Amino acid sequence: MGEMIKVGMADLKVCKAPDNLTTIGLGSCIGIAMYDPVTKVTGLAHIMLPDSTQIRNNSNIAKFADTGIKKLLDDMIKAGASKNRIKAKIAGGAKMFDMGGSNTINVGQRNAEASRAKLKELGISLIAEDCGLNFGRTVEIYSENGDFLIKAVGKTPYKI
Amino acid sequence: MSKMSLDEINQMFPDVLKEIGNIGAGNATTAIANMLNLRMDMSVPNVELLNVEQIGTAIGAEDSVIVGIMLGVETDIEGSMMFLMDLPSAHRLVNRLMMREADYNEEFNEMDLSAIKEIGNIIAGAYLSALSGMTNLTITPTVPYVAIDMAAAILSVPAIQFGMVGDKALLIKTEIGDDLGINGYYILMPEGDSYEKILRALGLPI
Repeated sequence: MGEMIKVGMADLKVCKAPDNLTTIGLGSCIGIAMYDPVTKVTGLAHIMLPDSTQIRNNSNIAKFADTGIKKLLDDMIKAGASKNRIKAKIAGGAKMFDMGGSNTINVGQRNAEASRAKLKELGISLIAEDCGLNFGRTVEIYSENGDFLIKAVGKTPYKI
Repeated sequence: MSKMSLDEINQMFPDVLKEIGNIGAGNATTAIANMLNLRMDMSVPNVELLNVEQIGTAIGAEDSVIVGIMLGVETDIEGSMMFLMDLPSAHRLVNRLMMREADYNEEFNEMDLSAIKEIGNIIAGAYLSALSGMTNLTITPTVPYVAIDMAAAILSVPAIQFGMVGDKALLIKTEIGDDLGINGYYILMPEGDSYEKILRALGLPI
């Protein structure tokens, strides 16, 4: 049995089977999981905001969808993954408070859109996602088979 | 007059921001204690300046379930504020309001949720009226919204809000009522130049 390695908010990590990765309590943030089914090199990023170019204070590249996904891909390739085999799954981007209006509130949706766009730009295929709605998600990515397990309060855990 | 980032403001005027937090939270806590007819025994609020990445764990484990009440703030300043409680605290508070047994902890029903919103209204109103009184700014809260979910998920909302403008967030912790043991947390999230407006209204050289 491998270890379950924790990824914090505005953080990203790469591991290899048998180790797996998790991030706890995604709200409006997005968890981007990527894996290479052959080398079983796996990565997980927990991004908070869609676009580093819109923010003055952008030194933490793991905080943003654009820079975080790029860094995760680079780190995975360094760890032996092959770019053309890498698949991605994403989850999160919830609207925790249904307030309508304001920027903050739509940031979940904008995070999801930015993540999809960056994956597309990098040529990584997004094969599954569970985004939006109004609940928090804990995610676990299993490097052995690429299963992406999603846990939410009051729901049976499900895989995508 | 150069434009300051929220982080710079937080660093330059920590005592002022803490004092605003203290007075606001004190007022809000008194309001709840009055509503519940509790003997007032409030601890001095504890004000912390956190890195946004740490907010998710500021109230306890990331996956512990908490109750968050969020309101918009408008008129002279813009933004939002949050009042957060751990789940046992929320149950104790609602049980007291609904005159139920103290250890009742069934899932909240519609009535309970409206009670929680009302608590949010009272707390926000008291907090903001303190701020308003200090600054002479007109500050009004909007309708409250409630979320009950994992701490990290709820706290991602202020984390993102602060993350847009800087790396730090101000969290105020308070304890209410010695026989009830309610732990509450406030987060004020000013948008745009609202922080500067508050500080300028207080006569600080911004």
